Amino acid sequence: MDSTRYVLRMKNITKEYSGNQVLKGIDLEVHPGEIHALMGENGAGKSTLMNILFGMPVIHSTGGFGGTVEIDGQSVTIDTPQKALELGIGMVHQEFMLIPGFTVTENIKLGREISHPNALSRVFGKSMETLDMEAMTRDARKALDTIGLQVEDYVRVAGLPVGYMQFIEIAREIDKTGIRLLVFDEPTAVLTESEADRLLEAMRVIASQDIAIIFITHRLDEVMAVADSTTVLRDGEFVAYRAIRDTSAAEIAELMVGRRVEKLVDEREDHRQLRDDDIAVQIRNYTVDMPGELVKGLDLDIRRGEIFGIGGLAGQGKLGIPNGIMGLYEATGDVTILGKKLDLHKLGEALRNDVAFVSEDRRGVGLLLEESIEQNIIFSAMQVKNKFLRTFGWIRLLDSAAAHAHAREMVQQLDIRCTGISQPAGRLSGGNQQKVCLARALTLDPKVLFVSEPTRGIDIGAKKLVLELLSKLNREQGMTIIVVSSELVELRSVCDRIAIVTDGRVSSILKPDDSDADFGLAMSGKKGGGKRG
Amino acid sequence: MTKKKTIGEWLFENKVMLIFAFLSIGGTMASGQSVAFVVNELMTRIARNAFTILSLLIPVLAGMGLNFGIVIGAIATQIALFLTTHWRIAGITGILATAALATPLAVFFGFLVGKLFNKMKGNEMIGGLVLGYFADGLYQLLFLFIFGGVIAINDPKLMIATGIGVKNTIDLTETTKYALDTVPLLSVIEIAFYVVIAATILSALFKLAQKQTVDWKRTGGILIGAVVVYALTFIPAVERFLAQDRMLLLNAVEIACAATVLWQLWKIVYAKSIRKQAGFDVKRPLVYIALAVLVYASTYLQAVYDVLVYTRLPMTTYLCILALCCMNSALLKTRLGQNMRAVGQSRAVANAAGINVDRTRIIAMIFSTVLASWGQLIYLQNIGTFSTYGAHTQVGQYAIASLLVGGASVQKATNKQAILGVILFHTLFIVAPLAGKELLGNAMIGEYFRVFVSFGVIALALAMHAWKKVAKPALASGEKDAKKA
Repeated sequence: MDSTRYVLRMKNITKEYSGNQVLKGIDLEVHPGEIHALMGENGAGKSTLMNILFGMPVIHSTGGFGGTVEIDGQSVTIDTPQKALELGIGMVHQEFMLIPGFTVTENIKLGREISHPNALSRVFGKSMETLDMEAMTRDARKALDTIGLQVEDYVRVAGLPVGYMQFIEIAREIDKTGIRLLVFDEPTAVLTESEADRLLEAMRVIASQDIAIIFITHRLDEVMAVADSTTVLRDGEFVAYRAIRDTSAAEIAELMVGRRVEKLVDEREDHRQLRDDDIAVQIRNYTVDMPGELVKGLDLDIRRGEIFGIGGLAGQGKLGIPNGIMGLYEATGDVTILGKKLDLHKLGEALRNDVAFVSEDRRGVGLLLEESIEQNIIFSAMQVKNKFLRTFGWIRLLDSAAAHAHAREMVQQLDIRCTGISQPAGRLSGGNQQKVCLARALTLDPKVLFVSEPTRGIDIGAKKLVLELLSKLNREQGMTIIVVSSELVELRSVCDRIAIVTDGRVSSILKPDDSDADFGLAMSGKKGGGKRG
Repeated sequence: MTKKKTIGEWLFENKVMLIFAFLSIGGTMASGQSVAFVVNELMTRIARNAFTILSLLIPVLAGMGLNFGIVIGAIATQIALFLTTHWRIAGITGILATAALATPLAVFFGFLVGKLFNKMKGNEMIGGLVLGYFADGLYQLLFLFIFGGVIAINDPKLMIATGIGVKNTIDLTETTKYALDTVPLLSVIEIAFYVVIAATILSALFKLAQKQTVDWKRTGGILIGAVVVYALTFIPAVERFLAQDRMLLLNAVEIACAATVLWQLWKIVYAKSIRKQAGFDVKRPLVYIALAVLVYASTYLQAVYDVLVYTRLPMTTYLCILALCCMNSALLKTRLGQNMRAVGQSRAVANAAGINVDRTRIIAMIFSTVLASWGQLIYLQNIGTFSTYGAHTQVGQYAIASLLVGGASVQKATNKQAILGVILFHTLFIVAPLAGKELLGNAMIGEYFRVFVSFGVIALALAMHAWKKVAKPALASGEKDAKKA
């Protein structure tokens, strides 16, 4: 490692998407042969920064970026991914960019096949050249040996363990000539512990060959184990640069989470009596098979009348919890709502038991976009509770007068900004759409309300309104509310207790006023950080 | 990694193929026809249809599913064939002229189809099906109105009495009927000889001009080889044999057996003595040799012999089919073929690896459309007459049904499956009406049954494809989980 030279220097990088500043003067410096950890919560700006480094079209089609990028001391403009490749920057993707039906060799040489000319190719050009499988196999073997992966080069990738695939991706990057900087985007997220250890070992081997590595991860222990230095981002801002030998896991965690002075909910009087033996939702040994958000054997008790927060990083399983209870994804285990055990295999079971859900996927699951606000508000209650219906013998017809009245009341109560109750829900702004979703859930008169990512994609004013509404419902009607959110600040401003979910399980349950370090450590999967609330 | 499949699994995977094999054999027995008759009919139909079916393979490879759009290739040929018939270009010249006219048309159409399919990724099959109907409409406009109405064509034999619009049937008897089928092997060898000589010399000159090194040994070897093969055809016995316009099936089987034995022996020698490959499995080639010997021995059985001397093959047509099979597998070994496979398996990954996905898909469509147009030409010259407004309409469905019967699926199709499919599907084609007549006294019942089965197969394959697509995501995440645990 040479600490006087820089393989990469990004200086004062700024970027905005349609007026929204997502990067505010980021600096990133990497020495040759160094493993540099890039850390930050979801939405801290890591992906945007990497997109800039790779010259992705998404950056340049939205007005480019500010600041300078230097590779090996030379100022460069990277405006296409090809340019990044030419400069020797490679990426190991989080989702595997491998073709299952191809052999290991074919995958490593994908798009860069070695071929020799034949009679046809002289007429029709390079694409008709014959593949030189032997030369390709030789190259692949060399790359695999470099990172120490013992796998035959002729087997298909399809049957290999997940851990191997990651290595094949790395082998592909190493095989590229002149590679000098490799970006690992959360490489250990899908690996088992022993596989992750091997990967870290491989990273050390690569770094020892003077290839620099940018290591994006949430796992603090890995950073402590393998990285030489780290840059921490938060909310698009540069927070700190630290050499790992001068810092501690706790310090990094605190830097990542940070205390933000932002009051989202006004204080209101609290007359609630929360009791540990009065449980509204009891979850035992609960698993959900939601792709990308797996829940793996989770236990949780939620007291009646509290606002309970579920937080954690994306992909750790927090979103799977409400989706499984509502029957949207395959779930197993025991879920008891207000003393009644749910049959998780029956769709609609939760709805019939006074549970309502506001989905994180507003436009996909939450709303009928083409239908009117009124239809959206009454739909669930009509289907589940037979509200707004008039019965003539065996025929049931919509009671439009009652529906109109109710929809108008809801629009007024929640301050939904619209041209009228017949406006299609798809035309509303994000915040107003969210209010329609809430109105629909409230029309069910739930005793337990799950709200998933309530403020995703809505502006700060609407955010405050939605959170205040939740708080009001809880205080005035005694509704038990479970808020699932990636935004720790909003959880800490409304919730009584917050469970942090990592790897499909609860890593700890914290109080909103626990320290930033505790939250940071809990999110990074280090247990024992917090006290039980 | 790979475990041996149990017999049950094998039976389940090949259920469609097995059902058809069973139906074909049963139908042949019920039809009361001699095996010689069925084999003779079958060989004619393979020659007619195999080329078109093989044209479906490339789009499957490129992940575009079964190309119902080959109808458009057929249309290109029919336009060209109408014109060459109008100009009265006969014989093999007529065939070549038609191909020369149809190919640029098919390339253009294929390009357009590819462009369209790139805008509807994932729905290529339904798109191709509807596109076929759409193209049929334009085709009718061209043949019913533009020919004669806009472009004056004075040809009472082809045009209807009013002079506007083309007659219902076009007769090729005087022009291109059997024109390709009857080209003797001798002529093919002669032409190939000149082409090889010219290509080798040109290639050497090209390299010299580019100041690249020329492998003189190899060039000389090719030239000498070509001359030797050509010289052999001057031996009277060989010349007489090759000059026949059709070849006895018996001779074809004998040649195939001899070729198999020689090829496998060469493989063994090559691996053992020249490459000195360790771990080369000698058993496989030996099994093939044994099989070839067995087949040859069986030709001495009277029953088999009778069948084999009854049937004559159109050699050049079969040569074309063989060449296309070789081309399909050679394509896999090129950069383009590798790109197609990559695009077929995952567009996202291929794109990330720097492969131009859209371009690759368009090339696949052009290949398929051009090959289909040639396939239709082979088909029509063998039939000798075609229904102007009907000959192309069923091309896609029948070709696709044949391919599926051979055990292919929407994601995977091979030469072998295509050939096996032609054999099974067309055996049923031949025997179903006859069996219906024998068993129930009505040929139409057998015909209905055949139509029902062939469309049923397409429906089944598409349903299975859709089902697999739906079942996959859940399965994939389950697998991932299992592996992690």
